[in-house]
Amino acid sequence: MRVRVLIRPKEGILDPQGQAVESALPALGFEGVRNVHVGRLIELDVDDPARVPEMCERLLANPLIEDYEVQELVST
Amino acid sequence: MRFGVIRFPGSCDEIDALRACRRFGDAELLWHGDRDLRGVDAVVIPGGFSYGDYLRAGALARFAPAMETVIEFARAGGPVLGICNGFQVLCEAGLLPGALLPNRSLRFVCRQVEVVVENIDTPFTRACEKGDRLSVPVKHTTGRYHAPDIPEERVVLRYAPGENPNGSQEDIAGVCNPEGNVFGLMPHPEHAVDPLTGSADGGRLFESLAMVPVA
Repeated sequence: MRVRVLIRPKEGILDPQGQAVESALPALGFEGVRNVHVGRLIELDVDDPARVPEMCERLLANPLIEDYEVQELVST
Repeated sequence: MRFGVIRFPGSCDEIDALRACRRFGDAELLWHGDRDLRGVDAVVIPGGFSYGDYLRAGALARFAPAMETVIEFARAGGPVLGICNGFQVLCEAGLLPGALLPNRSLRFVCRQVEVVVENIDTPFTRACEKGDRLSVPVKHTTGRYHAPDIPEERVVLRYAPGENPNGSQEDIAGVCNPEGNVFGLMPHPEHAVDPLTGSADGGRLFESLAMVPVA
C-alpha cells in the first residue's frame, strides 16, 4: 500500500518559512494570497498502513510542533 | 571526573568538547554505534549535524545505539550535557522538554552572545552565581526553543536582553530536566574555554560538572 504523510507546523507556532513565501508571492504579482504554511511530504510503501500513525508519532513527525495527516493512495 | 563525548556521523564539535572537558578532568570519545559508555561519569552530546540532520535535527541520532544507553544513564541520574545539535537530540529523545525550530530569521547565525545564568542548582552551573553573564558563541539555523508551559525552574540559561539570536520563547538558551541531571543549550561553551579565542566563560559549565562527586 502506497501511503502519503503530510506534515504541517502546528497551528499557533510561528512559521517563518510560510511567512517568507507569503511575502514573496505579491512581489511576483500574485495578489490575494494568505495563510501560507510550509510543511513536508513523505511517501512510502507499507505492508500494514495501520502502523503509519505510530511511525508518525515516533519518528516521521514531532507531535509537539507538527500535525500529520495520513493518506492512503489508490494505485492507478 | 571522566567525561565521555559521543561522536556521531556528522558531529563536528566533538574535538573542541573533548578538549574543553580535558581542561577540567579526563575525557574520551565514545562512538555512536557502541552501547558501552565505558564507565564514564558524565556524557557530552556535541554539536554538529548528526546523521545529516535528515528529517529533523536530532531525530535520527536519538535512535543511535549509544543513545539507548545514554537514556538509561540519564534516567539513573547520570549527568548528560547536550550542546546545540546535542540539545536537539536530547529534546527528540524526550530527555528534555520542548523542541528546536528554525530560527525566526531563517538564517544561520554565528556570533558571540551573552547569556544569563538563571538556575545554579544544577551540576552544570554550580560554579556560577545566579545572574552571572557568560560570553559564549552561538552558531545554528535551528535554535528557536519552543516548550509550551515550561516551569521557570527548568530554565538554566537565558539570552541577555536584546541578545536572543533565534526567536526562542522567553529568551531561553538552555534548559534542564526536573531532576536537573540533563541539560541542553544552544550556545557553545566548548568554544569558549580560553581567553585566546575571546572568552573562557564556557569553561565554567565544564568546571561545574567536574565538581560533581564521582559515584
